[in-house]
Amino acid sequence: MLECKGVSRLAGHREILRGVDLPLEGGQVCALFGPNGAGKSTLLKIMALLTRPTRGVVLWDGEPVRGRESKVRQQLGIVSHATYLYNNLTAEENLYFHGRLFGIPRLRERVEEILEKVGLYYARRDTVGTFSRGMQQRLTIGRAILHEPRVLLLDEPYTGLDQQGQAFLNDVIRDFRNAGGACLLISHDLPDAVALADKFIILSEGRIVREGSCSDMTAESFDNIYREALEVDRESGDAWAIQFRGEG
Amino acid sequence: MGFLSRTMTVVWKDLMVEFRAKEMLLSVLVFALMVLVVFGFAFNPVEHDLSDIFAGIMWVAYLFAGTLGLNRSFMSERVNDALQGLVISPIDRSSIFLGKFMSNFLFMIAVELVLTPVSIILLKYPFHKGALLLGAALLLGTFGFAAIGTFLAALASNTRASEVLLPVLIFPLLAPVIIAVVRVTDAILGGDVSGVMPAFRFLAAYDVIFLAIPFLLFEYMLEN
Repeated sequence: MLECKGVSRLAGHREILRGVDLPLEGGQVCALFGPNGAGKSTLLKIMALLTRPTRGVVLWDGEPVRGRESKVRQQLGIVSHATYLYNNLTAEENLYFHGRLFGIPRLRERVEEILEKVGLYYARRDTVGTFSRGMQQRLTIGRAILHEPRVLLLDEPYTGLDQQGQAFLNDVIRDFRNAGGACLLISHDLPDAVALADKFIILSEGRIVREGSCSDMTAESFDNIYREALEVDRESGDAWAIQFRGEG
Repeated sequence: MGFLSRTMTVVWKDLMVEFRAKEMLLSVLVFALMVLVVFGFAFNPVEHDLSDIFAGIMWVAYLFAGTLGLNRSFMSERVNDALQGLVISPIDRSSIFLGKFMSNFLFMIAVELVLTPVSIILLKYPFHKGALLLGAALLLGTFGFAAIGTFLAALASNTRASEVLLPVLIFPLLAPVIIAVVRVTDAILGGDVSGVMPAFRFLAAYDVIFLAIPFLLFEYMLEN
């Protein structure tokens, strides 16, 4: 579906990403882990077509996205650190605005449906500036799935959500996967993300140092893998070549 | 959904945000009024005839206030990184530019509709005729200002010193249009409209060029 091939990104003289290959397949949740500064958000921005890679390509259904970005953007739903919402517009107006940009048919019904889904129908006529961070995050998730994308790119989507909100988001991600969507999830909450994901990738200093399947993985076993991967990476510049197959 | 429809969605959003916040229109109006009042005190229209400098005073107030408004128009896009929300949508980047330009143009025209009669009264200018031509001059001058100003405001909004950077960037580029529009306004207010057509043509050409260039460059600017 959406794929990064040999992607590198330079910021000044610093190489933020170094030859990253990351395919996202339908019906799969891929969890992306790594310490601060590993290049996770930059990779997500490249996949979201917000930043161009210095080297490498982004592919959509096997073809480079260059020249058909608009068509690909129509298929992407993005939740980033920022909410992308307008504080002076109501919840309803924010969704209506984004829906118009995405050219969604029967928009009013779809907006109402999403507001119900994210549990904000009661506050639909309140301006976003009056919302708590958790409510804003719920609306942000609603905005990301409003146009029924095929790929969800989530960067720390649990920010501000209470336990109920986190459970809600997990349900959204599961439903999305079951409907055949591809999801990239960046999270510092290792146990929860591993429990939700089908595969994991550990990024360190711009390189993939481990990747594997999350099936039968416990939080403890993954924690060991994560620590070991970062330790090995620090000790050896070749650690990125280690391909972990997911048995902890 | 077509290009124009998406452009109008951006305009609708800007108008709604401003309608709720009333930040830009009010601050710009108050600032422009202050500029006019300061000029009124400095030149004393009761004792002196301000005919020779009236057009200049008017445009100084519009341009200073307009620069303030342009800065604010992209401030709202910085909150919650809302501009990125526009960028991730599948709309043409040039429709984002056109939408922002149209809303800035409308805001400035609204400010000028209030300020022009106020400045005529405040500075005691004996205005009798030429309202249509004056309107045309205001439209053409404001159009060019909003076109280049929207692009430069977007460019400056990515920097830490955007409020300082925008006037530094905009006024050198605007110098030709300021000179032309002040001369045209002066001629219209003075009742001598025989020589205004070449200046009108120049303003129209400037407007077309400085709408087309940012229109083409906006996508490149957003990506960098």
